[in-house]
Amino acid sequence: MIKKRKFWMSLLATSNQSDLLNLWEQKKIRVNYIWLRTPEIGSIMAQGRMGVTGDKFNIGEVTITRCSLKLNCGTIGHSYVQGRSKKKAEISALCDALMQTKMSKEINKNIIIPLEKIKKDNKRKILSKAEATKVDFFTLVRGESD
Amino acid sequence: MYVAVKGGEVAIDNAHSWMSEIRRGDTSIPNITLDQISEQLTLGVDRVMSEGSLYDKDLAALAIKQSRGDLIEAIFLLRAYRTTLTRFSYSKPVNTANMTCLRRISATFKDIPGGQKLGPTFDYTHRLLDFKLLAENEAPISPTKKYNDNKMPHVLSFLNQEDLMQNEKDNNLDPIDITREPISYPTSRSARLQALSRGDEGFLLGLAYSTQRGYARNHAFVGELRIGIVDIELYIPELGFEINVAEIILTECETVNQFQGSKIEPPQFTRGYGLVFGQTERKALAMALIDRALRWKELGEDYSGAPAQDEEFVISHCDNIQATGFLEHIKLPHYVDFQSELELIRKIRADAKVNMKR
Repeated sequence: MIKKRKFWMSLLATSNQSDLLNLWEQKKIRVNYIWLRTPEIGSIMAQGRMGVTGDKFNIGEVTITRCSLKLNCGTIGHSYVQGRSKKKAEISALCDALMQTKMSKEINKNIIIPLEKIKKDNKRKILSKAEATKVDFFTLVRGESD
Repeated sequence: MYVAVKGGEVAIDNAHSWMSEIRRGDTSIPNITLDQISEQLTLGVDRVMSEGSLYDKDLAALAIKQSRGDLIEAIFLLRAYRTTLTRFSYSKPVNTANMTCLRRISATFKDIPGGQKLGPTFDYTHRLLDFKLLAENEAPISPTKKYNDNKMPHVLSFLNQEDLMQNEKDNNLDPIDITREPISYPTSRSARLQALSRGDEGFLLGLAYSTQRGYARNHAFVGELRIGIVDIELYIPELGFEINVAEIILTECETVNQFQGSKIEPPQFTRGYGLVFGQTERKALAMALIDRALRWKELGEDYSGAPAQDEEFVISHCDNIQATGFLEHIKLPHYVDFQSELELIRKIRADAKVNMKR
């Protein structure tokens, strides 16, 4: 369960805001909920490691929006999403909650799977374009006679 | 001492109003949109995000528009906004070995697992103006090629295995956060790297160049340069586990430098490290060279008095917001300060004249 929830929350968090909004609006899902924490815009400090494997250091901040809500049935949904869209945070938290209910199949089919496809397509596009720029350098030997 | 002045409100308002009008430019030309900036001036956006130390493309595009393309002004706007945000937490350290690379090259080894990929680069262009871009609606499509999704291990990890490269150990030290505590000298490498990562590209470029020209010379090879997308993982306390909260583009540069060795260690290569937001390879490269130059003490090298070795000099002058703030404030009214200077010099001269007559 944790593994699955990690997956969908990560996908929602890093999705393109307009992709998520479009998918959500298309389905016209109506649910009642109360806020536990209204959407709040903030930041997190991203960290790296010195020389890849060494000690940690701070690179810089990334904008994040978070919120928490409770459906009428009592299920709680959270979101921490990239960017400053309160709407994206709200829909993500709703999806997180609904994925824990009977509606999980519907949400998975109409939101999570399409988002995953967009993400995979995007990655495929980058990697296939990068591959086309792969070079085979060869060194020329100087001053050799044969 | 600075003594404030009052007044000038109407003039200031009118000046800002004129500035806004000029910013808009000729109104018969369409207003530039933020999407256009973030999609087509991407490297400018990346620079503003890295030196503004806040990864948010929309805000960086807004800052560039608001500042009429003055990137230091844009960086200033982003830094100012940054201070208003609630800091939720710190991420887990990014794993750049799992980067989805747009570009990945090594100047030290030609055959590397995963291959050398040039990516979207200006390298090998002829730097000739391309008049084709004058034509509107150019939409080139670049070729693709079948790939295998093999891992791309860091090139220098192979030198690590042979012990030819100084290993970068994780000692579990907590990094300094220069946005939370002021830097005091001598400082740590963690504070230096944070300051360099958001430091001014031009300043770092000049300093890095100085090391190449012989000031704190430590001949650097680019072991690896990679640009790509990495996941930012965050521990969510409400849930008790981590999720990926963001995907960002990073540029990472590792240099290979010489090291003399010491009484207890045989000679070994050492590393300079650069890690910067966005596609910012000139900056990441410069950062790596300067990081290496600043490590002289830790590596038992001589201090040659070069600017790039002087940590206080480098770190306290690499921030363009601090620099521009202090530099530009001298444009503001200093009438009272100057009045006192004026009175002082008049008095000194009068006394001097009396003495000369004697």
